[in-house]
Amino acid sequence: MVKVAHVQLSSCCGCLVSLTDTYEKLLDVLGAIDLVYSQTLADVREVPDDVDIILLEGSVCINDHHALETALACRKKAKILVALGACAASGNITRFSRGGQMSKPVHDAFAPLTEVVKCDLAIPGCPPSPEIIVAVITAALEGDMDYLEPFAELAKYGSEACGCDLINKVINKSLCMGCGACAAACPTRAVTMECGRPAIDKEICIKCGTCSVQCPRIRFPELIEKIE
Amino acid sequence: MDPFGSYKFAISARATDKQIRKKSQDGGIVSAAYIHGLESGLLDGVIVADKGEDFCAVPKVATTVDEVLSAAGTKYTTSPNLSVLKNAVREYGCDKVGFVGTPCQVQSIRKMLKYPVGYRHVPDKIALVMGIFCMENFPYNGLKTIVEEHCGIKMEDVAKTDIGKGKFWVYSKWGDVKTIKLKDTHPYEQQSCHVCMDYTAELADISTGSVGSPDGWSTIFIRTANGEAYYKAMEDAGVIEIKNIDDVKPGLGLVEKLANSKKDNNGKERAHRKEIGLPLPY
Repeated sequence: MVKVAHVQLSSCCGCLVSLTDTYEKLLDVLGAIDLVYSQTLADVREVPDDVDIILLEGSVCINDHHALETALACRKKAKILVALGACAASGNITRFSRGGQMSKPVHDAFAPLTEVVKCDLAIPGCPPSPEIIVAVITAALEGDMDYLEPFAELAKYGSEACGCDLINKVINKSLCMGCGACAAACPTRAVTMECGRPAIDKEICIKCGTCSVQCPRIRFPELIEKIE
Repeated sequence: MDPFGSYKFAISARATDKQIRKKSQDGGIVSAAYIHGLESGLLDGVIVADKGEDFCAVPKVATTVDEVLSAAGTKYTTSPNLSVLKNAVREYGCDKVGFVGTPCQVQSIRKMLKYPVGYRHVPDKIALVMGIFCMENFPYNGLKTIVEEHCGIKMEDVAKTDIGKGKFWVYSKWGDVKTIKLKDTHPYEQQSCHVCMDYTAELADISTGSVGSPDGWSTIFIRTANGEAYYKAMEDAGVIEIKNIDDVKPGLGLVEKLANSKKDNNGKERAHRKEIGLPLPY
C-alpha cells in the first residue's frame, strides 16, 4: 500500500481541514493509502524514512532551524513531495509576516516550501478544495502524469503568485475574455469583475494564486477537452 | 479541421411555449431548458446573463421562471457568468445548478470541473452546462459605441439586440429598428476573442445557436451523456418542438462554414501572436 504522510510547518491547519472535508471520500482515500504520519489523524511521533507521498502543508520559517531541517528531511524521505496549499506552494499570507508575534517575536521571515527544497507537485489554494486534494492524491497513486503536469509546473515556477498574475499574464496579454472564474475562485473575495475584467483589491489579496491557477487563459490542459 | 467538436447528434428545435419564444432570442432553447429544469426539479438554480442598467449584461443566479424569462435574449457583451457560480451554491444553496455561457466560459467551467482548486463542493452541484454559438463578443463600451454612435439609439432605450443577415440589429423600446453592417462592428470586438478556436461551444453538454436553422428556430448539438439525458427529458415533457436538422434550411453547412472561418481566422491570429512572442493558453 502507498505510504502517505501529512506534515505541517507554518500553517493554520486549513489544508488538513480541507482534506478531512472530503467526507465519505476521505474513507476511500484513507482506505487506499497507508497514512504513516499525521499529527492530527495518526498517533505517530516521527516521519518514517521511506514514504511514497509526503503532503507538506505550510511555509518554512527560515529563522527556525527546526523548520528548515523538517523541510530537508521531508525532501529526503519522500518519493513524491507535495507542497500542499498556498503557503507551501506560493507563500500565501505568510508572505506578509513581519515578525513580532508572541511567543516567537523573532520569527519574521517565511518562504514557501517550493523555494526551500525541490517539490514534485504544488497544490495552491487557501485552502485547496477537498476535491482537488483527492484528485491530486488519486492521480499520484495512479501515476496520471498528464493530470498532474500543471501541479508539477507550479512546484517549479509557481512561487510568485497573486492577483497581479491576472493583470500581468492575462489582461496585459490580451487574453482575458471576462469569464469570472477568478472572481468566483478567490477565497477572500479580493477579485471583482468590472467592465468584464477582474479588478484586484490588493489590500485583501493574500497571494494564494487560486485566481490565476483557475484561469483557462493561462493554462488549459488538453485533457479538459475530453468530455463524455 | 473538425468544425463542431464531438457530439452525439444535432437537431433543429424551438420552445413550444409561445411566451418563451416571444421573450427569447431565437428558438428559446436555453430558456426552455432552464424553465423545464426549475419546474421539474432537474435544476434548482440557473445562471443567467440578466439585463442590467442601460442594457449591460449582469450575471445572476435565477431560481424562478420569471427571473429566467426576464433575462432571456442575447446581450452581445461580456457577462462574467462564472463569477456567480459559487454564490449559487453558497448563498442560494443550490444543489443542481444550470449554467449557460459562451464557448470560452464553457471551457472555463470545464476547467473548474477538472481542476477545482478554489471551488470547494461546487463541481458536484453543476447539473447542466449549456453553450451558445459565439463568433466574438463586445466589451460594454464597444457595444455602446455601436448602438449609440452608429445606430443613434441610447443604451437606456434598447429593448433587444440581434445579429442576422450580415447585420447587427438594435430594437428600441419605442419601436425603432436600426442596423449596422456586421463588418463595421469588427473594430469594437473584444480582442481576446481572437485567440478562441471554438464557435459552437464544443465542451458543453448541449450547445445551441440560431445559425443553421430557420428564423425562430435554433440549432442544437447534444454532446454528452448528461446532455442527452437532459434533452430526452425536455423532449418527453414536450417543452421543445423538433425538426430533423437535415430537413431545415440553411442547415449545418452554414454552421460549418462559420465555425471553420472562426478557426481559420483565429488560427492565423494565434500563429501571429506566437511569432511575436505573446503567450497563448496552453
